[in-house]
Amino acid sequence: MTTKDIVKIALFAALTAALGLFPPIDLPVLGAKITAQSLGVMLAGALLGARRGGLALLLFVALVAAGLPLLAGGRGGLGVLLGPSGGFIFAFPLAAFVTGWLLARLSPDASILLGLAALILGGIGVIYALGIPWLSVVAKLPLQKAAIGAMAFLPGDLIKAVITLLIARAVRRAYPAL
Amino acid sequence: MFAPFRPGSSWLHRARPATKLLALAAAGTGLFLIESPALMSALAALALALFPLSGLPLQAAAAQLRPVALLGALIVLVQAFVGGPETALLVGARLVALLLLAGLITLTTRTQDMINTLERALRPLARFGVNPARGALALSLAVRFIPITAQIVADVREAQRVRGLENNILALTVPTIIRALRLTDEVADAIEARGFDPEKGTS
Repeated sequence: MTTKDIVKIALFAALTAALGLFPPIDLPVLGAKITAQSLGVMLAGALLGARRGGLALLLFVALVAAGLPLLAGGRGGLGVLLGPSGGFIFAFPLAAFVTGWLLARLSPDASILLGLAALILGGIGVIYALGIPWLSVVAKLPLQKAAIGAMAFLPGDLIKAVITLLIARAVRRAYPAL
Repeated sequence: MFAPFRPGSSWLHRARPATKLLALAAAGTGLFLIESPALMSALAALALALFPLSGLPLQAAAAQLRPVALLGALIVLVQAFVGGPETALLVGARLVALLLLAGLITLTTRTQDMINTLERALRPLARFGVNPARGALALSLAVRFIPITAQIVADVREAQRVRGLENNILALTVPTIIRALRLTDEVADAIEARGFDPEKGTS
């Protein structure tokens, strides 16, 4: 691991924090707002790969735990991590790792839909797989009910997977030396 | 920085961050082993009492609960119907206790002390091939990069506003990421110029 790798890991931790500052995207039909923050998770995996991307998000979670208000809406500290939605945040590093790992397994000329599937599996599947059971334990809800509750975020997350794909392609074109 | 730390000299302020984190981990696990709503409510009240006992105002306790208030209220309401009032009380009181205890530690520990503790916690990982000096470098770099990337976001948004693109997520993120990546090359060169050896992780 070179110094450049360490700097990029630190940068993507900071970028994930900066994405929390973006104005929330309105979903007019559903009446829900989606934040740009989880873009950081998928982008780190897509642009830095499994190892560096996972470490970048591990660093991000460590900084949130240390008390910095880096989560969307200015939240931070141990309370948010131990709260009902803590599992969704703890899943960030693994989600970035799995996203990067899956994308690395695709051949360079694989269809765009396969890339999207990797982003959805890594960036959404892993986060829900950890977040929903956590919510179920903290809120003492049956797993099924917790899952139904989390589904409110699924449309927004799917949109984010598509946006990540577009951002990752544009960034790679402008900055190929990742 | 902008951390929610509140200066003070109470016993909790003076306690070592590592001790506080271990105590929180133990308490967090313990709270999930208790099934009695009455005992849980008493523990939540105890957690609340720890605020004045650590020289913190009760408003600070309320501020800890606010970010999760809506979701918490929803959970308690659902529980009242699904699991009955006793379960609703148990879950609600547990949530309050958990959030207050975690908040106590965030409020009484300087972010820098917390980061130093994280760095120390990395040291035993050296035998598994994790280099603690690199971890420490990444932590301190990220803390430096946060205000810098926030500034880049503000600059890019300003530039795109002129073009009427300030709400276009692609027009905001792509230039932000590219500008930030160009910065990393300079920073990495500067770090190595000062003698940081990435192989050894020392300088």
